[in-house]
Order: sequence, then structure tokens, then C-alpha cells
Amino acid sequence: MSAEATAASAANDGSASLAVEGLVAGYGGVTVLDGVTVTADAAGITAVLGANGAGKTTLLRAVSGMIKARRGRILLADHDVAGRSPEQIVRAGIAHVPEGQGVIPELTVEENLRIGMMSWRRGQRTGRGAALEEEYARFKPLADRRRKLASTLSGGERQMLVIARALLARPRVLLLDEPSLGLAPRVMAQVMDLIVQLSRERGLTILLVEQNARSALAIADHGVVLNLGRVVASADGATLAADVALRHHYLGF
Amino acid sequence: MPVVEFLQFTLSGVVFGMIYAAIALSLVLIWRGTRLLNFAQGGMAMLTTYVAIEVIYKTHSYWAGFVIALVAGLILGAASELTVVRPTLGKPELNSVIVTIGLLILFEGLAGIFFGGQYRSFPAAFSVTGLKVNGTPLGVSRFDVFTVAAVLATTLILAVMFRYTTAGLRMRAAAFNATVARLSGIRVARVLTVGWALAGLLGALAGVLVTPSTFLYPNSMDAIFVLGFTAAVIGGLDSPTGAVVGGLLLGVALSYVGGYLNSDLTSLVALGILVVVLTIRPNGLFAGARLRRV
Repeated sequence: MSAEATAASAANDGSASLAVEGLVAGYGGVTVLDGVTVTADAAGITAVLGANGAGKTTLLRAVSGMIKARRGRILLADHDVAGRSPEQIVRAGIAHVPEGQGVIPELTVEENLRIGMMSWRRGQRTGRGAALEEEYARFKPLADRRRKLASTLSGGERQMLVIARALLARPRVLLLDEPSLGLAPRVMAQVMDLIVQLSRERGLTILLVEQNARSALAIADHGVVLNLGRVVASADGATLAADVALRHHYLGF
Repeated sequence: MPVVEFLQFTLSGVVFGMIYAAIALSLVLIWRGTRLLNFAQGGMAMLTTYVAIEVIYKTHSYWAGFVIALVAGLILGAASELTVVRPTLGKPELNSVIVTIGLLILFEGLAGIFFGGQYRSFPAAFSVTGLKVNGTPLGVSRFDVFTVAAVLATTLILAVMFRYTTAGLRMRAAAFNATVARLSGIRVARVLTVGWALAGLLGALAGVLVTPSTFLYPNSMDAIFVLGFTAAVIGGLDSPTGAVVGGLLLGVALSYVGGYLNSDLTSLVALGILVVVLTIRPNGLFAGARLRRV
């Protein structure tokens, strides 16, 4: 079996760790990530923190293949997926929820969700209806509005929609970019609870990029702080939250 | 009788409107996928019409020519995208615009070399003599009816495909948000090729349908392309519905102008309609609220 087939066949069962090693990536002539190493343990939540421009979003974009890694390895359960296209990487088991732009407002809620299953192989397509119902059972507000245009959803419902769509790709690793952005505090708390559930109940490995370091560290097993494209701190969530100097310098709380 | 005359102008306007709609729709398909105006669309349609005429002369079968022209359109569309358009994507927009203009010049040059520059008449599938109801001429022929039916059927098939099939959803997702589409595992590059192929097919259909009333020569589709382009812009380049409505609107309006005023005025009026529509609704009649870069 090819490496891709092996990674994909393993995609449906069990948890997988994600290890980024010495990643160098950027846009055009600009290097944004300068040798970043991050390990996300299987079935754990790893928070990626840092100021604007630290390289958090670029890290996620490099892992999901939206930009090419110039150097370094991206190991999904020991298979190097660096250099593959996003289409291949989602099939290997990594789903990326991009920041604030994931909902396609011109499509209905259900159409948005069905896009999540586009990575399925031909033989699996009979199970699509059941998979949709499973997500509707988890996200009730989406079930009630399945035929409505996604543009009619509230901010919290939109975040549910993009997360549900990512789950429909049956990933083992979920990359979340600022899921709390622009949400009311109560809705934000719900989204954070959902992220905890996904890691505990589904065994998903989660790499969580957050501007809001305080709430991210509250749920994270591990945290990594980026500054100007390098890792400046890496420790468990409680240790980072307790480090006053680090908080003042990089996390702003 | 003024009423009969009005009806005749309206019907023949609808017939030409459907042809503009087909061209407009082909432009919309490509615009939605790549944010690029395909200036070679008319040239592609002209080439496939030459293919049709050669096949018809060889096989003495109109339908063989018709079908092969459509297939040639599919292939020419896909091939153009894969070979010359693909390398320009992601580069400054002017590059791809210039590439499609280059393609147009290439196609017209090739047609001149291989088929000659003289005007050739192109056969119609059905009678082109006007239909009559109780002795009153309607101003449209059997072939005109076929023209409307063929474009309508193709448009409906495409609409159903886009709306209700997984392949259609894949194309819409890629058009609306390429990033999300790729992250969801959709091979956006392949979707773009399919879009160009379908656009090539629509152009080929328009070419075969319009050429019986215009003659075939290397520049024969230029004027039709400009009107199809106008229809697409009137409808809002993003909207397939807008393309069809824009085409019909333009066809009927120009038919009235040609019938009641003077057929020399049609180009001027087409420009006038374009200016008025864009003044009132800068993104076209059916465009969403989204901003568009031009």
C-alpha cells in the first residue's frame, strides 16, 4: 500500500497524533514560519497562541497543504504528509476549519454540510445520509434549518456548521482557526465546550489557534506560544496560564 | 396589423435572445469558476461550427455535424483551459485576459488557414420558412422553434445538474469558495476544466444555431459574442439565471429597435441598455450583494 492509502485507511479508526517538525513556510519571498516544531498528542487539545502575525494561521495553512512547506516534516501518525495537496491531506485525515470564512452563504445549510463528504471514496457513499443525520442529532439548530440558506444563520450556528462540515470528512485531526472570533461570550463558551467534547468523546486530536488565549488555555491539554514564526514556549496549559511574564509578553492577559 | 407585427418582432427577438443567452451562460460558467472573461468564446464557437460544416459535407448528415460540433466544443474548452489558461491562474488578472484574447486571434487565424476566409452558408436542421397561423405569418420558422427548444433544454439540464447532483454541488462550492472546496477534498482544478468544457459546449451550440442566419467566416461569431457578453453583464456575470434573462431582454429589445426603427441602431442600443443597467445596478440585474473586482 502507498503511504497515502495507509494513512487514509487508518483515517476512520482510532486517534492519531500530529507532529510538525522544523517547519519552514511562508508566502512568496517572505518566511513566516522559521523552523516550527509542535506536537499535538492523540485525542488531546493543543492550543497555538501568540500575537497577530506570529504565524498561527500560517501554521494551520501549511499543515493542511494550502501553502507548501519549504522544509520540515508534518507527521500524521508517523506518515509524512508535507508536500501533499489539501485534497490529499483531508483524505489522509486532517480537517481544517479556516478562520471566519468557512460558511458558503449562497448554499443551503445541508449543501454546506454535504461538501464535507466530498472527500469520501466511491465505495463509502451509501452512508452519507446516515452521517448527515448523525451531525443533525448533535447540532439540533442546523437540523431545523437544513433547507434554509446558510446566510440566514447566526454567528454561533455558522461556527457549528463549519465544525459539523469538518467532522463529516471523518478526520482524526481537526485544525480550528479562531473558532471564537466574533461570537458572544455565552456562544463562545458553548463552542469551547463542544471542542472539549470532540476530543474526549470522539478522540479527535485538536490543534486550536486562538487569539483569546485565556479561554483556549482553559480547555487545552498543551499550549504552544509562537512569536515571529518561532516557538517561544511549549508547556501544559496550566503552566502557561500561570507564567505571568509570558502572559504579559505574548498573550496579552 | 400592429399587434401581429409586435408579436413577430417579439418572437424573433426571443429566438436571437436564446442564442445570446447561450453565449452569456458559457461566459458565466467560466467567470464563476475562474473570475476570468473568456474573450475566445466566440472564436471557439466559430471553430466548432467549421467542424460541423466539414462533417456535414462529408457525411451528408446534419445531426452528425451537430453532435460532433458539441463534442468538439467540450474538447476545445477543456483543452484551452488545461494548456494555456491554467498557467495564468494565480497570476495578475491581466495575464489571463490577454491569453484569452490571444486564443481568439489564434483561432481566427487557424480558421483562415484551414478553411479559407470566404463566406460559407451553413444549413439549418429544419425549414427556415416562416410558420403561419391561419395564414398570418408568425415571423419565426421551425428552425427558430428548434433553436429556442435546444437552448432551453440545455439550460434546464445544466440547471438540474448544478442544483441536484453531487457533481453540481462540487462545481458550485468551487465557484463560491475555492478555499473551502479544496479543504473539503474537492479537486478544484478538475472542476475548472469541466466548467470550461461545458462553456465550450454551450458556445458550440450557439454557433450551430446562429450561423444559418449569418454565414460562416473566421470572424462570424464576433458580433454575436459581443451581444452575448453584453447579456451576461446585464444579468450580472455571476448568475446563470441572469444570463438567460439578460439574453432574452437584449434579444427582444434589439428586435424592436431593428423592426420599428432601424437595424443599424442595434449595436448602439445594446450599448445604451448596458450603460443604463449598470448605472442603476452596477453589478448587473441578478448579482448578489457581493463586491466584484473588475
